[in-house]
Amino acid sequence: MSLPVTLARRVIACLDVHAGCTVKGVQFVNLREAGDPAELAWRHAASGADEIVLLDISATHEERSTLLTTVRRTAERLFVPFCVGGGIRTLDDAARVLECGADKVSLNSAAVQRPALITEIANRFGSQAVVLAIDAQRADIQQPITQQAGDLLNKKNNIVLANVTVRGGRKATNWDATDWAREAECCGAGEILLTCMQRDGTKQGFDCELTAQIADAVRVPVIASGGAGSPAHFVEVFREGRADAALAASIFHFGEHAIASVKQAMANAGIPVRYPC
Amino acid sequence: MVAIVDYGAGNVTSVAKTLRFCGADAQVTNRPEDVLVASKIVLPGVGHFSSTQRLQESGLRDAILARAAKEVPFLGICVGMQWMFGGSSEAPDVPGAGWLPGRCERFPADAKCPHVGWNRLQLQGESPLLEGLPQGTFVYFTHSYFVPSTPAASALTNYQGLFPAAINQGNLYGVQFHPEKSGDAGLHILRNFLRL
Repeated sequence: MSLPVTLARRVIACLDVHAGCTVKGVQFVNLREAGDPAELAWRHAASGADEIVLLDISATHEERSTLLTTVRRTAERLFVPFCVGGGIRTLDDAARVLECGADKVSLNSAAVQRPALITEIANRFGSQAVVLAIDAQRADIQQPITQQAGDLLNKKNNIVLANVTVRGGRKATNWDATDWAREAECCGAGEILLTCMQRDGTKQGFDCELTAQIADAVRVPVIASGGAGSPAHFVEVFREGRADAALAASIFHFGEHAIASVKQAMANAGIPVRYPC
Repeated sequence: MVAIVDYGAGNVTSVAKTLRFCGADAQVTNRPEDVLVASKIVLPGVGHFSSTQRLQESGLRDAILARAAKEVPFLGICVGMQWMFGGSSEAPDVPGAGWLPGRCERFPADAKCPHVGWNRLQLQGESPLLEGLPQGTFVYFTHSYFVPSTPAASALTNYQGLFPAAINQGNLYGVQFHPEKSGDAGLHILRNFLRL
């Protein structure tokens, strides 16, 4: 006899922070400003976000120096899980962010260069504190594609090929995203945050094919990211993408779709969700 | 004074910050003498059960046991709750407090592990800690091991079967979830604890 699943699928609000301000771009360029990260984080938590992710996309050391202050100020009044990523290259970087009140760190380029970093942080702070972020570039498609085209492609080809990219999507590697997710799990990552670069900022929906493939390949939770444009896209990625959580930024910040309407759509579709919050 | 026991495992900062937000005079400490004068004790913890070994080495274990025997309210969070039992298969050589019998076990291999996210509480009977919460309240979990079933369970949660999410035996309380990360429901639980 099995009981109905009650673990809620998480809706995560992401703040991309540059030199202390929240920004959001389309495919990681053309950034536009969305305000104070701490205020936004509290507002998202109050309106039902299950978790907050703060990603520092500052390029330089000077711009990044404000990060710890921002993390501390945000954590002060945030009583939901709080993950911080961007520019974390060493165990000490991770320790500083966690000491400022983050619950998890998200690793990306530095873990690609040196996977042992995952293990070092997991050994010291536990796997639950380590999220491995993968920026994946589909190798079988070049441009943003529609769901229909994606489905067609999927029928022709059962395996989704995607390469890992680093440095905010600016540099491609020849690593396969699914293999890297598996290896990261073995190294001690507690969750995988998967961003499909071709979808990021497009509002055309999540890449359900790639998400499902990676969700099936690992035993840790997978957070889908990139492409959220409507409540229906969340329903899609939980059903077809088999994601454990889904993340979005701009559609929440600019008030295009409230978190509540995403959760209402999930509840209507019979997906376990923390709603009303 | 509420003593938040710091034994080098996990994020005591966020537990301290949240208790202070709820109005507590909370002090993070690794000294047994502070525990011995505390009016309430909180044992947080995330990560590996083996880290509780440091409670023994530092004398904190004896201080907690002595104080708990004098009816001082104790709250174990996550690994802190697991420590209230005999031990854990995560670190078989490290003893828990032994207030409750049995050993913590890992979720079965067919479950996604860790169990991460918001899940529902099935309230069992009455517990001052959970008073005022609606049935089915969502709280935030992140753990790979769970405590054995016990009559002391005041709430159960379903993840590949039911496990105790909260326990209460006299002045001893434990929660497997993170009240400091569970939004308004978590703040409500911590305020209940401060009122004990």
